[in-house]
Amino acid sequence: MSDTKIVDARDTFCPGPLMELITHMKQSNVGDTLELLSTDEGSGADVPEWVNKVGHEIISNEKIDGVWHIKIRKVK
Amino acid sequence: MPQKINIVCVTGSREKLQMAAMIASVAAATGEEVSVFLSMNALTYFVKGHTDDAPVEGEMGELMGQKGVPPFKQLFQQAVDLGDAKLLPCSMALDLMKITKEDLDPEVGPPTGLTRFLSDAEGGQMFTF
Repeated sequence: MSDTKIVDARDTFCPGPLMELITHMKQSNVGDTLELLSTDEGSGADVPEWVNKVGHEIISNEKIDGVWHIKIRKVK
Repeated sequence: MPQKINIVCVTGSREKLQMAAMIASVAAATGEEVSVFLSMNALTYFVKGHTDDAPVEGEMGELMGQKGVPPFKQLFQQAVDLGDAKLLPCSMALDLMKITKEDLDPEVGPPTGLTRFLSDAEGGQMFTF
């Protein structure tokens, strides 16, 4: 079980958080877990949309104190 | 099967360049085949040493100047780096400006004519900004 890599994209606007996530996904290995932090309101719906479309896995998605915490496992 | 997304950028305003760059980067990073044709007043922002500070059309453009909004040049660069998007400078515009590909930023691809662009774009979606 690998550690969760935090991708802190707070205070950036769309599509900043998604692009940050994708940059880090590219550098990760299959099986790695990444947790995206975003204050962009649209991220809660739009990031999972991307993750599902591309074929990775959403582990969890919750908003805590105004910050989206979206955990993703790299599948391929 | 990836979609073909064709984006024509002709206007040099911050809002239009930003929207085009957002679509290009997200589509390219999602695995779509993205081509961005750069002509008219949109092309000059890709000339080496040219300002990235595009004039705004209105209120949203002002808001986009704030910290945390990814600059359009960065988004186009990410479209190329993360999703192999092609940025294609209009060969006519290069002729008019009396410049060549060497005068453009390195992320910009080969000069392209309309016949070639339209033939490559066939069957795909077209967005114009």
